[in-house]
Amino acid sequence: MTKLSYAKGLNRALADELARDPAVCVFGEDVGAGLAGLTPGLQARFGADRVVDTPLSEQAFTSLALGAALAGMRPVVEFQIPSLLFLVFEQIANQAHKISLMTGGQITAPVTYVVPGSGSRDGWAGQHSDHPYSLFAHVGVKTLLPATPADAYGLLVSAIRDPDPVVLFAPAGALAVREDVTTELVPVPIGSARIHRPGEDVTVVAAGALVYDALAVAEELAGQISVEVFDPRTVYPFDWAALSASVARTGRLVVADDSNRMCGFGAEVITGVVERGAPLRTAPRRVTRPDGAVLPFALGLDRALQPSRDQLRDAVRAVMF
Amino acid sequence: MTESTPAGLYRGMRLIRAFEETALSLVRSGEIVGGIHPYIGQEAVAVGVCAALRPDDQLTSTHRGHGHVLAKGADPRRMLAELAGRESGLNRGRGGSMHAADLSLGVLGANGIVGAGAPIAAGAAWAALRQGLDRVVVTFFGDGALNQGVLLEAMNLAALWRLPVLFVCENNGYATTLSVQAGVAGSALARAAAFGIPAEAVDGMDVEAVRLATERAVERARSGAGPSFLECRTYRFEGHHTMERRVRLNYRSAEEIDSWRRRDPLERCDPGAGQRAVIDREVGELMAEAVEFALNGAHPDPAGALDHLYADGLLPRAGVPT
Repeated sequence: MTKLSYAKGLNRALADELARDPAVCVFGEDVGAGLAGLTPGLQARFGADRVVDTPLSEQAFTSLALGAALAGMRPVVEFQIPSLLFLVFEQIANQAHKISLMTGGQITAPVTYVVPGSGSRDGWAGQHSDHPYSLFAHVGVKTLLPATPADAYGLLVSAIRDPDPVVLFAPAGALAVREDVTTELVPVPIGSARIHRPGEDVTVVAAGALVYDALAVAEELAGQISVEVFDPRTVYPFDWAALSASVARTGRLVVADDSNRMCGFGAEVITGVVERGAPLRTAPRRVTRPDGAVLPFALGLDRALQPSRDQLRDAVRAVMF
Repeated sequence: MTESTPAGLYRGMRLIRAFEETALSLVRSGEIVGGIHPYIGQEAVAVGVCAALRPDDQLTSTHRGHGHVLAKGADPRRMLAELAGRESGLNRGRGGSMHAADLSLGVLGANGIVGAGAPIAAGAAWAALRQGLDRVVVTFFGDGALNQGVLLEAMNLAALWRLPVLFVCENNGYATTLSVQAGVAGSALARAAAFGIPAEAVDGMDVEAVRLATERAVERARSGAGPSFLECRTYRFEGHHTMERRVRLNYRSAEEIDSWRRRDPLERCDPGAGQRAVIDREVGELMAEAVEFALNGAHPDPAGALDHLYADGLLPRAGVPT
């Protein structure tokens, strides 16, 4: 049995894929030095022409990766800062994502975009603390949000092997997580959810670092309320079949979502369940960032806008009645 | 592929001219919806550049891309069918005028965002180096793209990594209605010089001049010496887009348009004795056949409107749940 950290899980996935497939390559800022924790040791092992340090030209190197993919490579692009995805939204949503449909399926764009540290990192303020997975799910880019080190490994492997563009958000709040790994690390299929803790009274959908908050709340309420912790792992495509089955058992739903409330992922999860006619016994709830939130710097202000365990506990209690 | 003989160059330009004239008439008749960005006047650039390329060389095209794609060898029948939105089109009716492309000919998409093709071309060139191929990638863009940051970023990367990219600026004097004088500080050539990229200005109304300049740049790229930059000074005889026919715009004088029309690249190209009439007739027949092919093609089935969105067959949920 070994301890695997989340960052090491991503690093091993990347190393395994670089070793397995000569078409895999990595672009990003400071990837040689491994600054963001995703790539330590990879440039020394695979060379600077496969693990490529780029200048600070996010828009160009994001589309450069697309061009390389169209020419047969399988690039992985790393972004140190989640808010950089706003800068390259054109290159991902408007270029890579659309080329397959717009060419009538003549070509596909197997590019993986990784953000090792998405969401608040305590004290990084307004332009470094976004968690924009809802945005990518909205435009239809495959969007992954693994919570555990083994899922981080397995989903990154699947993303790299996937024929389409995929964005993988590694939540800042999960990067320090370590877990005992008893079995061999394996690919995790895109679009398959995971139940971390079975329960009978309430289904709590929590993704990314919020899984740990949901588990803590479930433990705290054990004996009073039996909480099922449902981790979609993939934001888009979403595992509706698994969620329907869970809600059919529990009849109650709470969603924890580190997005802004308006048009966020949580809204879609609730709507998707309701539309399917799930037999909900009480009105569902969601815990999110407020509408249009911009995270302020001071720690107390930053925390005030993020979904908290207190809010989640209150929401779980509320749906019981 | 465009042949580099005088007859081949003339034929390539005549094909584009005839294609665009046909497309304009189909826009007027309503067979092509959404309009087109006509390439008429700029034919010498696409033909001169592509005549200097090998079949395995690649290019990225633009919103005004019909000329590039045809000069790279696309079938005008399937190209026209694409403009008419038919399943038999190059993109199965999913791309239309602005995105019509034949990937099998090395056309890495025709882009609706100005300047967006440049980093894609740089990436394909980077891959070619990695794969040990000596292919060259051309990126076409207009003078409007000279003010797009991503083009300048791509030029930096191409120069830094000595990528086999040819930056072809089709300076037709206007970014939609904004003149180069009103929109570009400095110059195209000075932008290239800032990155240490060899650049030259070419008469973009002279197909042979464009071909020869491209040959030099391609040779340089193939030898591993890195990117080059061509500024082809040209002009579009028609408006920016066919909608200009409906909204009367007054940003170019009749005298200016006439002066450029007198430099028509087709008139200035000599295909050889007796060749002009033969080629014109042959191209005319081909376009008649293309119209027939395009308009007889089936319209795509609306049930497949999201086909090809994902390569793994993922089926998105419908807008209205069933």
